[in-house]
Amino acid sequence: MKTDDLVALLATGAGAVEGNAAARRYATALGWGAFGATLLMAILIGVRPDIDTAALLPMFWLKLAFPAAVAVGSLFAASRLSRPGARLGWTPGALVALVLAMWLLSAYVLLGAPPSERVELVMGSTWEYCLYYVPTLSAPVLVATLWAMKGLAPTRLSLAGAAAGLLAGAIGALIYALHCPEMEAPFIGVWYVAAMLIPTVAGALLGPIVLRW
Amino acid sequence: MTQRKDAYGLPNVHEDRLRDLLVRGLAGDAAAYQAFLKDLSGYLRAFLRKRMVRLPEEVEDLVQESLLAVHNQRHTYDPGQPLTAWVHAIAKYKLVDLLRRRACRELLNDPLDDELAVLANSDTNATAARLDLAKLLEQLPERQRLPIVCMKLKGMSVVETARLTGMSESAVKVGVHRGLKALAAMIRAHR
Repeated sequence: MKTDDLVALLATGAGAVEGNAAARRYATALGWGAFGATLLMAILIGVRPDIDTAALLPMFWLKLAFPAAVAVGSLFAASRLSRPGARLGWTPGALVALVLAMWLLSAYVLLGAPPSERVELVMGSTWEYCLYYVPTLSAPVLVATLWAMKGLAPTRLSLAGAAAGLLAGAIGALIYALHCPEMEAPFIGVWYVAAMLIPTVAGALLGPIVLRW
Repeated sequence: MTQRKDAYGLPNVHEDRLRDLLVRGLAGDAAAYQAFLKDLSGYLRAFLRKRMVRLPEEVEDLVQESLLAVHNQRHTYDPGQPLTAWVHAIAKYKLVDLLRRRACRELLNDPLDDELAVLANSDTNATAARLDLAKLLEQLPERQRLPIVCMKLKGMSVVETARLTGMSESAVKVGVHRGLKALAAMIRAHR
């Protein structure tokens, strides 16, 4: 087939294209992903029993706000990485700034605490659960986000996969935070960040395999 | 409106003209879309030829593969974004993809085989091995091939195609869409 014939073939009856393809696809993916993650939490662990009293404490909301902000930042990064030639812009800087802000708060808490309690503030009593459940709850979101990307056109596959993984990890952490009993900033600064990085690495490894087009 | 500048700060008239054609094409103007693809194929050919000096016989295949990619991925173009960056990212992605696949295949070759292959490869072989999209099209399943043949090759409408094939109108649209995606995947698999 000659190239001009291909051009004619492609143009014939091509019709109009709906705008905002990326936004619509991500909305669908996040809806299903978050639904899957919530369902998994309900089946596996449930919300913390004292959630009504915990909800009165600022730390409870900070623990939700941190992964929520990471989710917003990585959603922007993921949607830009899904479009050929779109620049990442401010997104990596914002994500780094969020983690640094959390570490700064952690350092402030640690310096204000007696040295004998510092290890306890970082380790909490449930760090293994955090590392296990955040990636587990993020799995449906990772699948859904990779599906959304697959229908768009990522050209930097590892990076795109990593952004999808971070988005999934952040939503997994957000939902796990409703169960998690830990209330100290250093715990979040270490274990939530580490737990969100597990799906990030998984996404970076999966990207080049599943996102090809 | 201020004129767009390219990476070197020069006014880029091609960018503005092509972008206008594409935006009209995305809104449903088939003539503008055809003009866009036709012009774009020229730019792609020049871009790829310059970067595929050692693979001159594969330039046209990759031009076609890139055009198909641009078409299949056209919903990812954001009119607020420079067209040059979008097209360049797609063409570069397809070029790197091709080179990586070739590199893998060549690494698998026994060096001795390689030497023999130099004599075995004649011009006619190269031509025969070249992609023929029409042949690939024939390998698509009916539900994708028929809508493409009716709508894309014969220029029939969705309604006419649906009536002729007995498929529903949405099945016809899905068939064209999936068929062109499948065609792109087949091209990759055939390299």
